[in-house]
Amino acid sequence: MMKSTILRTILFGLGPAISFIARKSQSFREELSKHDCIFQMKTKNNKVGRYFTISGGKVTSASGIHPNPDLILSFNDVDVALKVLRPDAKIDFKVHAAKNFLMTVEGADSLANWVLQLLQRVAYEGFSYGKEMPDGCKRYTTLTNGGPLHVYVRDGKIVRLTPLEITDEDAPSWEVEARGRKFKPQRRAAVAPHALSTKGAVYSENRALYPMKRVDFDPNGERNQQNRGISGYERISWDEALDIVSTEIKRQKREYGPGSIFIPTSSHHQWGNVGYYLSSLIRFGNLIGFTRMEMNPDSWEGFFWGAQHHFGNSMRVGLSPTYGTLEDCLQEADQIVFWSHDPETTCHGYAGFESTERRMWGRELGIDFIHIDPYYNVTAQLFGGKWIPIRPTTDPALAIAIMHVWLTEELYDKEYVTERTTGFDEWRDYLLGTDDGVPKTPEWQEPETGVPARDVRALARSWAGKKTYLGVQLGGACRGATGAQWARCTYMLMAMQGWGKPGINMGGLSNGAPVDLNFYFPGYADGGISGDLEFTGNAVNNYQRMPHILTMNPVKQKIPKQKIPEAIIEGKATGYRWDCTSQEAQFTPFDYPMDGFSPVRMLYRYGASTFGTATDTGRWVDAYRHESIEFIVNQTVFVEGDAQYADIILPACTNLERWDIGEWTNCGGYGLDWMDAVNHRIIALQQKCIEPLGESKSDYQIFSDILERLGLSSVFTEGCSEFDWCKRIFDGSDLPQHISWKNFVKKGYFVVPAVHEKELRPAVSMRWFAEGRKKDIPEPFPLPSQYAEEFGYGAQTPSGKFEFVPTILKRNEAKNPDRPALNRYVPSWEGPHSEDLVGKYPLQMIATHSRYSFHTFSDNTMFTDQIKDHRVLIDGHYYWVARISLLDAEERGIKQNDLVKVYNARGAVLCAVDISPLVTPGVVKSFQSSAKYQPLDVDGEVLDIGGSLNVLTPSRSQTNGTHSMAPNSTMVQIEKFTNVDALNKARAA
Amino acid sequence: MDKWNLIINVDRCDNCNNCVLAAKDEYIGNEFPGYSAPAAKEGAELITITRKMRGDTPLVDAAYLIKMCNHCDNAPCMKVAGDAIRKREDGIVIIDPEKAKGRKDIVKSCPYGAIVWNEESELPQTWYFDAHLLDQGWTQPRCAQSCPTGVFEAVKISDDEMASRAEAEDLEVLQPQFGAKPRVYYRNLYRFSKCFIGATVIADIAGVEECVQGAEVTLFQSDSCVGMAKTDAFGEFKLDKLDPKSGSYTVKVQHPDHGALEVKATLNDSLYLGEMKLIKASATSRSETEKA
Repeated sequence: MMKSTILRTILFGLGPAISFIARKSQSFREELSKHDCIFQMKTKNNKVGRYFTISGGKVTSASGIHPNPDLILSFNDVDVALKVLRPDAKIDFKVHAAKNFLMTVEGADSLANWVLQLLQRVAYEGFSYGKEMPDGCKRYTTLTNGGPLHVYVRDGKIVRLTPLEITDEDAPSWEVEARGRKFKPQRRAAVAPHALSTKGAVYSENRALYPMKRVDFDPNGERNQQNRGISGYERISWDEALDIVSTEIKRQKREYGPGSIFIPTSSHHQWGNVGYYLSSLIRFGNLIGFTRMEMNPDSWEGFFWGAQHHFGNSMRVGLSPTYGTLEDCLQEADQIVFWSHDPETTCHGYAGFESTERRMWGRELGIDFIHIDPYYNVTAQLFGGKWIPIRPTTDPALAIAIMHVWLTEELYDKEYVTERTTGFDEWRDYLLGTDDGVPKTPEWQEPETGVPARDVRALARSWAGKKTYLGVQLGGACRGATGAQWARCTYMLMAMQGWGKPGINMGGLSNGAPVDLNFYFPGYADGGISGDLEFTGNAVNNYQRMPHILTMNPVKQKIPKQKIPEAIIEGKATGYRWDCTSQEAQFTPFDYPMDGFSPVRMLYRYGASTFGTATDTGRWVDAYRHESIEFIVNQTVFVEGDAQYADIILPACTNLERWDIGEWTNCGGYGLDWMDAVNHRIIALQQKCIEPLGESKSDYQIFSDILERLGLSSVFTEGCSEFDWCKRIFDGSDLPQHISWKNFVKKGYFVVPAVHEKELRPAVSMRWFAEGRKKDIPEPFPLPSQYAEEFGYGAQTPSGKFEFVPTILKRNEAKNPDRPALNRYVPSWEGPHSEDLVGKYPLQMIATHSRYSFHTFSDNTMFTDQIKDHRVLIDGHYYWVARISLLDAEERGIKQNDLVKVYNARGAVLCAVDISPLVTPGVVKSFQSSAKYQPLDVDGEVLDIGGSLNVLTPSRSQTNGTHSMAPNSTMVQIEKFTNVDALNKARAA
Repeated sequence: MDKWNLIINVDRCDNCNNCVLAAKDEYIGNEFPGYSAPAAKEGAELITITRKMRGDTPLVDAAYLIKMCNHCDNAPCMKVAGDAIRKREDGIVIIDPEKAKGRKDIVKSCPYGAIVWNEESELPQTWYFDAHLLDQGWTQPRCAQSCPTGVFEAVKISDDEMASRAEAEDLEVLQPQFGAKPRVYYRNLYRFSKCFIGATVIADIAGVEECVQGAEVTLFQSDSCVGMAKTDAFGEFKLDKLDPKSGSYTVKVQHPDHGALEVKATLNDSLYLGEMKLIKASATSRSETEKA
């Protein structure tokens, strides 16, 4: 009786509360005016009920049960209703009630979604956000793939973006002591150039601002698949676009059944845990059912397929953990070898230049730097040190010869090798040539690598004589045919020198900052709002911390990312699993199509980056035009790359035009505790800074609008706007213990206090292993079942030791000799040994991760394109830059900034040339990730003037039995382009 | 009276372009009444970076020179501009976006090429130290705020203090011979303006070619010693801060165990001599090679 009265009181109070908010807030008033309806709330037995009449932006309510309401929110009983409606209601109960039919909604889905979100708004309407600045701007906060920014806005327009400044009100920074000196990081985000160019991206002329339809695509008639990329587009209304897409989704499901809809994505997205593709997109996909794209570990290939079998770290895609390495390196190390590692270019992924000042400290402390790279890269340019130029893909030969010197001159850690490793005898025999008659001497490697034998000896002695860190990370030499060999060698080099002992570890001061890793906030791969427990890190923490409704994809079919064109054109493809929970899962092939499911007939392409980032990407043109693909929709921020091949383009806004929440560099399951790459953990409410440009909408809104046409929008949103989801993620994190939601909304960011007590900082990675102790670093893997003997002791290998000749590869090599257990040097299958190629295409091309764009993001935008090291303006077009040596330029009569054709049998790309002594002769050094793909027919030859050099890279996997890419194994020729008149004619056409 | 000066550390710039991007971000599409009209979307830039590479593979280096308006105290532009350009009390030189309309002649007046012509608005424009932000209380211009490597130091001090800092810290201005008295100073400008001579010292040791570490290198110019170095673990040395086109030098290398070698070189631009293979003292004839 008492409880019923309370419920009646709450329901009674709701009407006046809505009216009160409506009086105060114009935007709420506008929202309230969008629909008229009668909304009934009641208990299932109709004993308690109240209905609300929303009409003309006003709300009235009456007690009782309405005979014909538009929408009914019904609670199983009074208890359930009270637990859901009380102001401090627990989200876990709400989700429980919704999942288990204790609370049901009847009525139109669109109306339900609208009313539920309206009710959410009652709780926070009137919150203010942003800071008033002296010049009349309002300052907001956002996060990008290159760091956190303040966003100054006036009159609805972005005035400026600045790197986020940490103030005295924020938590103090950490301090480290090394060799009698103390170091503290600067209190400002050292952001990447692609972050600072964001205004140019937001206001880019290439933004997708309106829904578009290919002019000769008729969903009810001729679809003209063959004209994709040729015929133009016309603007259509959102209603028309959404109707076409949702009708097509229904038709696909009806006519072909599960599996015919395929959702290929880019590997990255705009920052933020709500809008991320591993969040909203997966939730959307699971609700319609889709053939999944199986990713390959595109930036870590060799570590995943190779290195992990020596030690483990499968959950880190084969990479080594980095705990405690900043202090250890500064205090103990004498030398850092940067091998195919250029953190000043790659920003270590998302961390901007946060670690640059740490390398400056290292240099001030007298730590020597050595750079092994075909290019005198930016890190080398900034810090100096010995440059060892090397031919691409030959790195394992150099590594093996270094180990030969160590062995023959007895310069390795014999005790460590004896006590902590297995298989060294077999490896020693290989080094000495006992087994194949070829000692792997410095002289043996010289003709292969181009590195003088004397330099190898000097390097080997210097390395063994000094406590040395080895800097290797994403990208680089692990992305060629010999990628696994080299990545395996890096681990073996470390093991021979006592990996984990003071001053001997992996890293280039890019990670290991003593930030507080115990503070919980989810990363982008932790599942977000996806509800997906299978293909995100959701199940580990996020699903418990932020309860939300589970979603599942009923389609088990998947297509390997690098084989999408084959899957479409040939109708079949084979891939290998990327499943980090096990070292063995990667040996398991899977086939497309999968029996029982439909081959794909519709692509929901999310983003537009393929041409610049996958391999042999000309293949995609034929795939996109294939007649079996009846429909392609592309949801994208920019009209470029893949978007040019869509039938319908749905314009998504940037994350500055919508709400989101995230933490700088926190990628969750993709790299546990990677926030130790930045100097301050910065968690930001990514405030909506401006209204979406044109008619663009947030990804979340687009999904919701499509699903509304399938009656699923309220299931998708759970009655939440993106802002509400930000609040739920906030509530699920440790933030509420430090800052109120209201203050967080107002301020926009929070700096997680650093760890000041040395005893509370994480132990140094691998120290436990070097000392034969129980593992003492805070990573929850290997899995309990993956320890060889006692839980917590030893490596994730069958022996529990470091294995020079990995048991797991041994067990599988009979089936696949292409992945041998003994890490023999096998030259790249495309390279200087390719006799059929070197005559025609004598140069080795490496197109590595770019500096001024984050993959394709911010390329093809007005600020970035003008950076002379990024693109060069020739005859009114910004050309991609190919770098070659003076020698190769001279031989070909090429002058600085000439237009050159870079080509091989796969295609041809026009670039501007940069000639310098920074490039090893025989090498074309460029970047991948051109956002532009602009194939032009010039006198019968197709030339890409956009700069997508991946048109030239091979699609072959590094080795048989893997689903990997080897873009660094590319032979090309380069020549001065002279047919300028024909080119300009083609451009004008 | 304290005035603004900018100190640029060439040694810390790695061409990340954040300063260039910050200037684009600040000025393209933004009008600051009383200070500036919007900058051009494309074309000449207010802040530029020029690359300088020295040496040859594999003994090279690369440095980057950031250039912008020097805010000269004896500004050549002001001599032709009349009241279209003013010098503020805080040292900042600023072009009036109204009075300078159509004055393309002002562009040519700058010997540093730091004034750009905005075709669309028919205005000469410069990087004016972000004066509009400093006037609102910013403590540094945006280039300094956005630079991750600490290239920039914006200081507001008296001219006397600045002069003594420049003296004490070996700061230079660009082309002092113009007599323009710039307020933008450079640290480690030698990476741009000077040259080095370097080589890789090797020797046959126990029948195997090795890098020679710890060899003494002495550089002579007409019999006087102008530089000394020791080779590193890879046998490399680099004698820096030599004047370009400074004539002929003699490089003498010797190692107590592995021998000696002498090479003559003519220095135009930085020079990597390649391999210098030491010859044991017992050898009667000394090898002399001329390199340039």
